[in-house]
Amino acid sequence: MSASQPLLQVEDLHIALSTDAGSFPAVEGVSFEIARGETVGLVGESGCGKSITALSIMGLLKPPLGLAGGRIRLTGQEIQNLPAAELRSLRGKRIAMIFQEPMTALNPLKPVGRQIAEMFVLHQGASWREAEQKAVEALTQVKVPAPGRRAKDYPHQLSGGMRQRVMIAIALACEPDLLIADEPTTALDVTVQAEIVDLMKELCAARGTAILMISHDLGLVTDICRRVCVMYAGRIVEQQDSEQIFNHPQHPYTQGLVASLPRLGMRAQHGRRKLMEIAGVVPGITAYPGGCRFNPRCSRATEICVKVVPELEALGDGSLVRCHHHG
Amino acid sequence: MVDQALLSIEDLAVHFPIGGGLFSKPQMLRAVDGVTLSIKPGESLGLVGESGCGKSTLALSVLGLVDATRGRVMLDGKAVGSEADRLEVARTVQMVFQDPYASLNPRQTVRRTLADPLRLHGVTNGGEVADRVAEMLRQVGLRPDQADLYPHEFSGGQRQRIGIARALILKPKLVICDEPVSALDVSIRAQIINLLLELQAEMGLSYLMISHDLGVVEHMSDRVAVMYLGRIVETGGWREIFEQPRHPYTRALIAAIPDPLTRGLAREKARGEIPSPLNPPPGCTFNPRCPHATDHCRSAPPVLSPVEEGHLVSCWRAEEFAKVPA
Amino acid sequence: MKLRANLAIGGGLTLLSLFVGVFGPWLAHTDPIMDANLMNAELPPSGEFWFGTDQQGRDIFSRVMYGAQISLTVGIGSQLINTAIGTTLGVTAGYWGGWWDDFVNGLTNLMLAIPSLIFALAIMAILGPGLTSLMIALGLTNWSYTCRISRAQALAIKSQGYVQAARVLGYGDMRIMFTQILPNTLGPIIVIATLGMGGSILAEAALSFLGLGVRPPSPSWGSMLSDARETITTAPWLSLFPGLAIFLTVLGLNLLGDGLRDVLDPQSRSRR
Repeated sequence: MSASQPLLQVEDLHIALSTDAGSFPAVEGVSFEIARGETVGLVGESGCGKSITALSIMGLLKPPLGLAGGRIRLTGQEIQNLPAAELRSLRGKRIAMIFQEPMTALNPLKPVGRQIAEMFVLHQGASWREAEQKAVEALTQVKVPAPGRRAKDYPHQLSGGMRQRVMIAIALACEPDLLIADEPTTALDVTVQAEIVDLMKELCAARGTAILMISHDLGLVTDICRRVCVMYAGRIVEQQDSEQIFNHPQHPYTQGLVASLPRLGMRAQHGRRKLMEIAGVVPGITAYPGGCRFNPRCSRATEICVKVVPELEALGDGSLVRCHHHG
Repeated sequence: MVDQALLSIEDLAVHFPIGGGLFSKPQMLRAVDGVTLSIKPGESLGLVGESGCGKSTLALSVLGLVDATRGRVMLDGKAVGSEADRLEVARTVQMVFQDPYASLNPRQTVRRTLADPLRLHGVTNGGEVADRVAEMLRQVGLRPDQADLYPHEFSGGQRQRIGIARALILKPKLVICDEPVSALDVSIRAQIINLLLELQAEMGLSYLMISHDLGVVEHMSDRVAVMYLGRIVETGGWREIFEQPRHPYTRALIAAIPDPLTRGLAREKARGEIPSPLNPPPGCTFNPRCPHATDHCRSAPPVLSPVEEGHLVSCWRAEEFAKVPA
Repeated sequence: MKLRANLAIGGGLTLLSLFVGVFGPWLAHTDPIMDANLMNAELPPSGEFWFGTDQQGRDIFSRVMYGAQISLTVGIGSQLINTAIGTTLGVTAGYWGGWWDDFVNGLTNLMLAIPSLIFALAIMAILGPGLTSLMIALGLTNWSYTCRISRAQALAIKSQGYVQAARVLGYGDMRIMFTQILPNTLGPIIVIATLGMGGSILAEAALSFLGLGVRPPSPSWGSMLSDARETITTAPWLSLFPGLAIFLTVLGLNLLGDGLRDVLDPQSRSRR
């Protein structure tokens, strides 16, 4: 088993939101696996639970959010109940994370070179002199021009794209097994985003780092990831190969998303057609409907959808879908 | 006179002094630097560009909120600027904002948000104001009985509908849409895009569609202008721009879209970062990021010139790129 | 929503003071000025005189009841002046910027550099003692915090989309400031005014104590304290009850201010 043991296993994860009005399921029964070096995407809209799923893997959930059940295993070892000290040494060393807005994740009072060097000192016991050298190397690897000079810059002196490169350098400094990227390019300009995405792909492929990519942008996720999990209102509703998801989405929600996007090239091919709309609004955590959570917005919904929560069902080709009327 | 443009911008430049103190001269930020554009009645023009390209400043000068350093903006045959009648400009051009949360006053009901502008513009009859508010709400897909709610009682998509209603309540001819869907949930965007297109057909509106999302721009525009560091680098019909892009920057924008559908359209990405508009590179401003830049590009700025009927490109090597797939 | 203790206690105490301020004359047993009776001088609290009597035999309970009116009038009046000056200067400075902003900032710094009580003393010296001049003096000297906060608020709000939208709709500057900016700055300003009212009541007490405030026969809490200072060891109730009234009112206003801050602070309110 050890040869094929997945790097990360998330099993039946439940995350609860506690408020004065009671406890609400923010994430419910989320399960997925990531093999070594594999790239997996979590796609969904704001509030669907994708980011807190990532935070729970890092052990970074804060009240009012809390783990309410399930297991998270890293190479077989359960990590959801590890003591804080052990979790800390895990973070950065084996699992690293980059965020949407690097400015808030970087320390504004320290030169960026120093912040990268800290990782080597903290996790590898390197001396500061050695670590600073390695930091410049790390900046070279993320293709920061003039890395020796840039290492002495403070975060506010760098552009958004450069900051995100620094974040990637920090995240990959200790060659983690898994990189969690939460909307890493949303705050960037499109041409800069393309470069950062290429950089992430290249570096992680070279090091065999697995990626868990979190985004609302289906196109971006399929560009980076081999496999995509679509989340809606706290549940995974569909899991598919990236190649398939645009052409053969199975869940009505995914189908709606794909059909509602004005994708470049469509008008040239098909003329201007009215975009398909998904009716209604994304429900808030405290007002999730019963049964299938997509049922109030779904054109295929029947009585069973209101009453019974559909199971995540395996289709022949390795994809999974949570719908009574999929296809 | 039959084909008179609703909006015509002629060689517009807007420069801002930045910094500078008692002993230092301020630097000049050339936010917009020689832009010529026009929009016909009922037409929509997509304006594409990234941060610092000057699209927001361009929008402000069309609205008469920023004065031109050079050139002029003509709206419906009249010059826009600090001397123009602000109320008249407001009745001709309106704006839909990006963030539906920040763009509605949290302490005003929807009714006040829509009725106040009407009263300011001389609709004083209470019954008429109420009727127009109700009718406007219906047109944007809200119920008239929702008029007495506050913004926080609506979802993001509904708030954007209110924002659109506010822009249309004065029955303007031109509406500037500044990234109208990029702050919305993905599953809501189609509703707003469809609504904007329906309203355009119904009311005969012209749109200036500012967006970085080329899919949205293709879907909604008749013509497209691509802006980079204060200048238009390419402009033409949507089909020419997206099927035969000539400028390397336009191609880089298309190549940057992570969508399997566009993978065949363009492959060459831009390198590096967008330079500061305070200190633009000499020659063609795109040259440091361009995969095709020559010494000539680094020294002499190209001019926007036609390559086909209605398709203008500002690139020294545009002719070479005519037949080469991007 | 949880019941906030400081809001409840503060609100209760403030309501009590306001009640006393409004209905004091009916609550009082005797006329606070005319009913002097040297036979009753300096009697300790009893069934007849709940709070005892002062040197001239006047009922302290009645004087505290009447005094509430004066203290609260000074508190509210001076804060109205402060808030009007502070928000006008602050909002215009934040919204317009430029030289006007520099000027208002300079003025605010100047006000902050001079101890406000000293400044108020100087104004009182010019205007002469009395209730109106007290209100004016305290109203002219304590607007700097309101000004600072409303300027910061105006700066933040003017870049919001709805202010832009108002400009696009053709609203003039005044209309934008009144309809878009001012309503959204009111939360913190109400908090400051509430807290400031406590400060004004204390300042009134201090100035009256120094003999600059309300003229002697009128019973303000401050002047009562001032009169009582010679007998503090022999007849402590003379100073205890007006002191307690000031303490409870100021405490109530401060708790109310804190509580309002919790409620009105946009960050503690949920967005959707």
